[in-house]
Amino acid sequence: MEKPQEPLLSVASLTKSFPGALALDGVDFALRAGEVHALLGENGAGKSTLIKCLTGAYRCDSGDIRLSGRQVDPRDTFEAQALGIGTVYQEVNLLPNLTVAQNLYLGRQPTRFGMVGTRRMNAGAEALLSQYGLDIDVTRELSSYSVAVQQIIAIARAVDLSGKILILDEPTASLDAQEVRMVFDIVRALRERGLGIIFITHFLNQVFEISDRITVLRNGRLVGTRNAADIERLDLVTMMLGHELSQETIAHTAARKSEGEVAYRFRDFGRAGTIEPFNLEVRRGEVVGVAGLLGSGRTETAEVIFGVRPHDGGSAEKDGRQLELSGPRKAIAAGLGFCPEDRKTDGIVGDLSVRENIVLALQARRGWSRPLPRQEQIEIADRFIDALDIRTTDREKPLRLLSGGNQQKAILARWLATNPEFLILDEPTRGIDVGAHAEIIRLIERLCEDGVSLLVISSELEELVAYSHRVIVVRDREHVSELTGEEINTDNIVRAIAADSQPEQAR
Amino acid sequence: MKSRYLPLAATILIFVLAYALCYAQFPSMLSTRVIGNLLTDNAFLGIVAVGMTFVILSGGIDLSVGSVIAFTSVFIAVVLANTGLHPLAVFAMALLIATAFGAAMGAVIHYLEMPPFIVTLAGMFLARGMAFVLSIDSIPVAHPFYDTLQSFYWRMPGGGRLTLIGGLLLLVFAVGVLIAHRTRFGANIYALGGDATTARLMGVSVGRTTIGIYALSGLLAGLSGIVFSLYTTAGYSLSAVGVELDAIAAVVIGGTLLTGGSGFVAGTFVGILIMGLIQTYIIFDGTLSSWWTKIVVGVLLFVFIFLQKGILWLSARKAAALHHAHGS
Repeated sequence: MEKPQEPLLSVASLTKSFPGALALDGVDFALRAGEVHALLGENGAGKSTLIKCLTGAYRCDSGDIRLSGRQVDPRDTFEAQALGIGTVYQEVNLLPNLTVAQNLYLGRQPTRFGMVGTRRMNAGAEALLSQYGLDIDVTRELSSYSVAVQQIIAIARAVDLSGKILILDEPTASLDAQEVRMVFDIVRALRERGLGIIFITHFLNQVFEISDRITVLRNGRLVGTRNAADIERLDLVTMMLGHELSQETIAHTAARKSEGEVAYRFRDFGRAGTIEPFNLEVRRGEVVGVAGLLGSGRTETAEVIFGVRPHDGGSAEKDGRQLELSGPRKAIAAGLGFCPEDRKTDGIVGDLSVRENIVLALQARRGWSRPLPRQEQIEIADRFIDALDIRTTDREKPLRLLSGGNQQKAILARWLATNPEFLILDEPTRGIDVGAHAEIIRLIERLCEDGVSLLVISSELEELVAYSHRVIVVRDREHVSELTGEEINTDNIVRAIAADSQPEQAR
Repeated sequence: MKSRYLPLAATILIFVLAYALCYAQFPSMLSTRVIGNLLTDNAFLGIVAVGMTFVILSGGIDLSVGSVIAFTSVFIAVVLANTGLHPLAVFAMALLIATAFGAAMGAVIHYLEMPPFIVTLAGMFLARGMAFVLSIDSIPVAHPFYDTLQSFYWRMPGGGRLTLIGGLLLLVFAVGVLIAHRTRFGANIYALGGDATTARLMGVSVGRTTIGIYALSGLLAGLSGIVFSLYTTAGYSLSAVGVELDAIAAVVIGGTLLTGGSGFVAGTFVGILIMGLIQTYIIFDGTLSSWWTKIVVGVLLFVFIFLQKGILWLSARKAAALHHAHGS
């Protein structure tokens, strides 16, 4: 393409720390004019922190941001906008109750004697959108258009306001294939106009389809920047997950085959737009691991099974009997339990005591008309505090005062108290210290010896390898392959995640 | 038709139907006399309802306006009785106090991040209390300027009188429509009612807009107090109790969404006309208790709550269908 030039935006050794965590650790990044630069990384890699430092939402601790060679330090979104940096988020950040034209011109409407020139504004909006190939009625409310159109309007506004750098933060996450194509055509057109575009997504296909260069972050550090044309998918996934293919696979103690009978069977189970229909059998005492990149459909699989997002097709069976899994209450009644990924928002009730948190699910199953006697609650809580070694001075202490690992164990205890037959754990070891990590893994193995079926979602591949009898690999919201027995090692999992899928087709 | 016009259309339809029913029973109700009286009698309520429309469009509520009306009318009566100031000067002072009071409530709502309901509830007690501090008695206003103002009217064809305060009501509504649809401030109010966080991200100065909205509501409550003073030629601390609720009812019947972001000042005007029409009908009938006004207003409010829910539900379904149509 063009010869190397002064980068439009260059970031040097950017560092940002939060209490207890280093979110960005000396990251370098350069964006040229007229390129689409993909920014990749798993959860907690530092992508969003980097973006927030660029758009002024955060102030970096140290480091150097230069725009066309000039040092800048945006203090807020408006300053970033004035400098030429515009952002479009996954959630359309426009106002659905205003007209399209009002959205495009809010705060900078053409006025005469203090009165807004509505006709001039509408004409301007039409002219602006026609550059993007949109011929729509700009006097209608934004909410009367599809998300894709809204996304394009958001891009048009951002480009019109800033005009040098466009940051697209997962703009395609809620779009279908045809809509993605629409947005990509526009991104390409903007690239031709010489904008520098930073593109964040979880979909590798889209990365290769549109990007010129790719930068990967991991745990707040820069892993590397590559030309999209020169990198294989496999290498890219390896960069993201941080596993060298040559690495020895970790030996595992669990027997490779579970002898138990099939307890739960799911046929063509799925939900449109969430996860493609999948078939899944889980045996008694079996640990089924689920691997995949962030946003690939791992958590969605769990949520559809547990009924957080009810399935809209397929059937479920338990011991050969039909099950109705239309919601979490039904799922709990059928012997299922689910520890969600983000315990802060989905799991713990921080102001309730350890005891109350532990008996919560059991109480919910009994119904509120039959409260658990206090004495029984205390017995149950004490039993699990003891069994799982939950470190707390008092069973009546509010759960939020406990450490992350102990909170995680309290949530596990909550579900174990219901004597589940099938327990789903989503990232059970995220954000907890090494000691607690090992304990949770031991607990998983012990549960499976007791005959509980487990579905464990994790991005720690070694961990999955260590305890899974089978590993299901999820990609682009589809179960793409299943590894059993000796096939289970990190190399194979990475290969399965990275394997090139069919070109995307319209759903 | 665009769905945002639907509640407005429903309001207008209800008004036309109601008027037709009244006309069928009492043909004399269709006269400029009745219309002139309707505007005069509802002037103070209509003016305060314009301010309330802006507040509700922004997603807030202002419970203090009834008390501010009472305070203003008592303030004017007390100052006129005890000093030699010209009424116009007293009016200016009253407007200044009411506006500052509203602005202060807006500032508390924004900077202390308090719900408008609680802040304006406090304002309601405060303003009513201040009125009592000034005087607990009803003070008559006897000033030649009042007589002059009251003698101004325009004789409409058909013999009806458009009084000064009736004309003021029309003027306030016209200015209100201009502010809502032709100024940046108006667009910001709608933006705030849509989603305050997004509005801030899009560059709306939330603080300035919030303070402006409550200041405007305070100003109009003060103006309404002046109109009330002209209308009753007295100041009494116990007057205008519950006017804020009537104003909210008029706004909702006028088709403005209580959650904010959608509605029209013109709708509120029709809402006021509907409420005035019910009262006029009761006067014409002569046998009905005036409580029927409350009953009909209550029923109408329920109708509009259902209508709004129905429209929200329809538009949600339309959005889903839109997405599906693209997706398949």
